[in-house]
Amino acid sequence: MKVKRGRIVIFIVLTVIILGTVLSTTETIWGRITKGLDLQGGFEVLYQAAPNQKVDTDILNQTASAIRNRIDILGVTEPDITIEPPNRIRVQIAGVKDQKKAREIIGKPAQLTFRDPTGKKVLLKGTDLKPGSAKVGYDQSNQPLVEIQLTDAKKFENITRTYIGQPMPIYLDENQLSAPTIVQAIPGGRAQISGQESAEAAQDLASLLNAGALPIKLSEVQSYAVDASLGEEALRDSLKAGAYAVLAIFIFCIGYYRLPGLIAVITLIAYGYLVLLVFDALNMTLTLPGLAAFILGIGIAVDANIIMNERIREELRHGKSVRSAVKTGSRRSFLTIIDAHVTTIVASLLLFYFGTAAVKGFSVSLIAGIVVSLLTAVALSRIMVNLLVQSNLMNKPRWFNVKEDEISDL
Amino acid sequence: MTYNIDFVGKRKLFFGISVLLIIAGVVSLFVQQLNLGIDFVSGTRLDISMGKAVNIDQSKKLLTDLGYTEPNARVGGKQADVLIFRTSQTITATKVSAIEDAFNKQFATKVNIQSQVVDPIIGRELARNAIIATLLACVAIVIYVSIRFEHRFAIAAVVTLFYDALFTIGIFSIFQIEVDVVFIAAILTIIGYSINDTIVIFDRIRENFQKMQPKKWDDLANMVNESIRQTLVRSLNTVVTVLFAALALVILGGESIRNFSLALVLGLISGAYSSIFIASQIWIVWTWKSMQKKLESAKRNFV
Repeated sequence: MKVKRGRIVIFIVLTVIILGTVLSTTETIWGRITKGLDLQGGFEVLYQAAPNQKVDTDILNQTASAIRNRIDILGVTEPDITIEPPNRIRVQIAGVKDQKKAREIIGKPAQLTFRDPTGKKVLLKGTDLKPGSAKVGYDQSNQPLVEIQLTDAKKFENITRTYIGQPMPIYLDENQLSAPTIVQAIPGGRAQISGQESAEAAQDLASLLNAGALPIKLSEVQSYAVDASLGEEALRDSLKAGAYAVLAIFIFCIGYYRLPGLIAVITLIAYGYLVLLVFDALNMTLTLPGLAAFILGIGIAVDANIIMNERIREELRHGKSVRSAVKTGSRRSFLTIIDAHVTTIVASLLLFYFGTAAVKGFSVSLIAGIVVSLLTAVALSRIMVNLLVQSNLMNKPRWFNVKEDEISDL
Repeated sequence: MTYNIDFVGKRKLFFGISVLLIIAGVVSLFVQQLNLGIDFVSGTRLDISMGKAVNIDQSKKLLTDLGYTEPNARVGGKQADVLIFRTSQTITATKVSAIEDAFNKQFATKVNIQSQVVDPIIGRELARNAIIATLLACVAIVIYVSIRFEHRFAIAAVVTLFYDALFTIGIFSIFQIEVDVVFIAAILTIIGYSINDTIVIFDRIRENFQKMQPKKWDDLANMVNESIRQTLVRSLNTVVTVLFAALALVILGGESIRNFSLALVLGLISGAYSSIFIASQIWIVWTWKSMQKKLESAKRNFV
């Protein structure tokens, strides 16, 4: 049979494109994926709304953004704050280098206070502000100012009367944010802080004041701190282990299945790459449970390749030609793989729907892994095997590790 | 390649072994329960990594001096350089800093502390949620497999999956290996693998059943043996490749995932074993019983 060069060229080009893309972009994608605290170190605190107060998703969201404001103000980059209905908020700060500082920040939510001119005596607390009431306004000469509302108008009136003509500094913890002077006694529970340098400065102060007045009272139920170096060590160890495992799997696949094994290896590389891409696209955080699902996914993808190749070898042993063995073997194994994949997807969908936190993370990774496995281990593998078979290059059973004497005469 | 192992003929032996393993696990669960990690028990866990070998006696003395009487401390880490200290008290951030300073001073080193303060309710909630979600997932599996295959395959597959989960949990109880929240992920992985593995063998049994149409026990047994044999190389190769990954994690992966990887190794082996020796055997026994019933009722009708 004449060897068809065109298909071999397509095969080689496909391989080069896959390997080239993987080699050139994996590092960037890997860098973009958020690693969980268990893999890169950091701090996590789980807050729960104290009992006997009205809590719903909206209130939780408001509270979460208030917490975000506080942490942003304190100069920590990109905290990950998620609400867990009905009544919890999880705050994570990853990859912190200064452990002590982060512990202090995350360990206790900042306290907003209005104090007397000496800065010693607390006159009002954040909770005396109406939640979400601080906003930017403008005076007659169009200068920016911050408007606030208080829950207890009478109390505020009394305080402003006592300290007339003196400043009443506003503190977040021990950081003074602003020190407005009280011009007159203020009745009615509404006040303005004038003299803002810019609209941005006014907005910052308004956010801070709102953040200081958390809509609900929270208590800390759980905290978790992984030293950055320990987290990095865990990730490095896992990656090293993964590299050896992948190497062993590759050697095994090629050693046992020969050419189709090599194709399996190429599709496995594509598999790993695409799963990372999905993690990146969905903005998922890679944690240990996610890693577990990733390993399971590799197993399932390898299995799909093995099932197909075993089926093809079986057909070859029955004396079929390579072409027809590949055709029948692919078709028959396809249904098997689909049934196994769909069953696992059905189960993971249920896990996703009913599961929380770690269980959800696991099921999302698993679903992603199986869908990608369908694309690579099933579709891509078939395309590549068919390219080689139809080129007439791979036309001997021994390419599939089937010896002549194993083939039964029909 | 032919393997002339009579899987069906030996089914009683393997049923016996499986039942014994499960009984041992269940008894251990009742008697000594699981060695629950901090995630399920209230309190604080500190992993203090010293940067050098831990002097356990001095460390314990230091902790006692700091006010933690009779501290529950042990040495961990690959180089025995991590002091793992657990207490039922809540150790706040400031107290952690105090401990850090005290250790730095006493041992003239720079320690890194990993701290975990836990309300056990969260961990238990997660475990309960995982169990409920898994049970519902099992219902979905039963429905899907009943539609694609038939109910006997479905029930056998789910029984097998419970076996794998229970086997792994049992071993962890017997050897009192610490169980944390990540263990739940391992069990979920095992279940995922088990169902995948079982379906592949069932698919072959279904195919051969339609092709061979067995009427007698011997034919049925031969058919199942043949199906297992035909898929055996695949079963072994798949489990071997996945085991590469899991074993590499046990040996090379860090302290934090060692128990997790160990659970995977146990579960993967169990999953491959149970698909052949439990799932297929439940199916054949059950199918044979229904076939006999059908034959008997057919006889009655005939007479």
